[in-house]
Amino acid sequence: MPLTFHRKPALVVYVTCGDPNLVTTREIILAAIEAGADVIELGVPFSDPVADGPVIQRASERALKHFTSLGQVLTLAAEVRQHAQSTGLIIFSYLNPILRMGMEKFCMVARAAGADGVLVTDLPVEESGEYLRAMKSNDLSPVFLAAPTSPDDRLQMIAEASRGFVYAVSRTGVTGARQKLTDDAQKLVRRLRKYTKLPIAVGFGISTAEQFAEVGKFADAGVVGSAIVETIERNPGREAVAVAEFVRKLTSVSHRPPVVS
Amino acid sequence: MAALEELEREYNKAKLDRKFQQRLQELLRTYAGRPTPLFFAQRLTQKLGGARIYLKREDLLHTGAHKINNCLGQGLLVERMGKHRVIAETGAGQHGVATATVCALLGFECVVYMGTEDMRRQELNVFRMRLLGAEVRGVESGSRTLKDAINEAMRDWVTNVRTTHYLLGSVLGAHPYPTMVRDFHRVIGREARAQILKAEGKLPAAIIACVGGGSNSIGIFYDFLKDKKVQLIGVEAGGRGEKLGDHAARFRGGLPGVLQGTYSYVLQDGAGQIATTHSVSAGLDYPSIGPEHAALRDAGRAEYVPASDAEALEATTLLARTEGIIPALESAHAVAEVVKRAPRMKKSEVVIVNVSGRGDKDVRILRENLKID
Repeated sequence: MPLTFHRKPALVVYVTCGDPNLVTTREIILAAIEAGADVIELGVPFSDPVADGPVIQRASERALKHFTSLGQVLTLAAEVRQHAQSTGLIIFSYLNPILRMGMEKFCMVARAAGADGVLVTDLPVEESGEYLRAMKSNDLSPVFLAAPTSPDDRLQMIAEASRGFVYAVSRTGVTGARQKLTDDAQKLVRRLRKYTKLPIAVGFGISTAEQFAEVGKFADAGVVGSAIVETIERNPGREAVAVAEFVRKLTSVSHRPPVVS
Repeated sequence: MAALEELEREYNKAKLDRKFQQRLQELLRTYAGRPTPLFFAQRLTQKLGGARIYLKREDLLHTGAHKINNCLGQGLLVERMGKHRVIAETGAGQHGVATATVCALLGFECVVYMGTEDMRRQELNVFRMRLLGAEVRGVESGSRTLKDAINEAMRDWVTNVRTTHYLLGSVLGAHPYPTMVRDFHRVIGREARAQILKAEGKLPAAIIACVGGGSNSIGIFYDFLKDKKVQLIGVEAGGRGEKLGDHAARFRGGLPGVLQGTYSYVLQDGAGQIATTHSVSAGLDYPSIGPEHAALRDAGRAEYVPASDAEALEATTLLARTEGIIPALESAHAVAEVVKRAPRMKKSEVVIVNVSGRGDKDVRILRENLKID
């Protein structure tokens, strides 16, 4: 199950697992896949989500109220994999829950669950030696974040360590939808291109089809996180339906028709 | 990462820059009030009947705690880097006040993040920060204490990193902060070592300091690290009990983990979620500990013991009535430990207690907890 982006721009959808509960998260994910999402980032809620804005912070707090754990997210990944063979699945977590489980054990379980890759929010590439070894021996793709403030030599380090795709953060800041994308995103992608042939996904702040189409002009994929999480927050009782509607709107701007699953 | 690398580069250059060091020394001397005295606590010594107790008076520094040593150092770095906006986190408010103070001194915009629970229990400091011209932003998320303030400060920093310096207040966070903050506080131990040799003609048997993030303690420990016979004792917040969530004693059940850019001992649950902590003292109420302390403890060079809320409160009254010094609740934890330890030591031995701050900010809590008026 390699990470392939079938359309341009491909859509990467982030959800905080366990918000409002794991059963609903499963429904949401499957609905998003059916509506055209290419890759799902399964977010593991954390007590101290320092890289996240208020929307994902609230989602994490709700998910943690019933003790949603990394272990449960991995189980959920396995369930999703059973129903979706060609969707990319990324486990998205802060480092501490992974350390608590054990790096090697985590990678083994993630592989067994059918995950394609992992993104650890607060693990910089400089500190990733042990992680990269465990990921490689378990045939998982490590996804890293590149920032507009990353100097060229750092972008090169990030590009060389990455597998699957490179996540280009569109602006300095934390997660959260914005009215317009800054120029930072395009400049960053241009600089990254010098160092990698992997697909580049742009994330942080994308909340409309227009912004998603804009991203498609210079990157291979767009990541939509807070806007999805906020859609979930605003549609209690009909989360999966609402997310599917939103995803269809986004993918309507992509250059190829959605793959029928 | 780029901002951290820039900071490290500037810091390394400043270390070798004589003009920078001279200016820092001058400000420490003429503005902050260094050197601080090392005071022989005669009545306390007599009362406890054991070792000779000396108090290192960081409470006498401008703003009332040791925090300003680091704020002056980083403030001069901000000037060097050409940034104009400074943000900080604060627990008890002393670091916030020291940051606001230095920003007023050097002319920077200042925003301090503080958990709303801490704002309630350290009102005096909130007012002082605002009077000094800083904006104090209350943090409502999580436990509404120090770690939540740090989260919010970090979010501000990554958003505004090009114009803003994050003036971290303790030996925590990503490199270079633990090293840099320790270096700025080393003056405490450097002075104390010279002072005790002058006063007693010998080195102390033990040094005791409270440990929240660990800045005052590593500051007084550092120059004694090479003196192997000097015992180094860090006192953590024993809070109100031993259950996770009732204290902030990282070495009582904490496990290696990563929080806010640092790998150290962290109080956490089995799933790797960071635990909430409790201490009567806001400045010790933090689930992780400076990584240098973790290394010292693992190497056996320093030992870490808890003092409970009740013991700290009792120690506050004791020091106030025996020596006329009202310590901060944080520092009272160190006093609580000397109360236990001094009687067991020989009368010829010397022990130094770091009084990291004064207790004016704690009047409200002291009033709530002690039966005085």
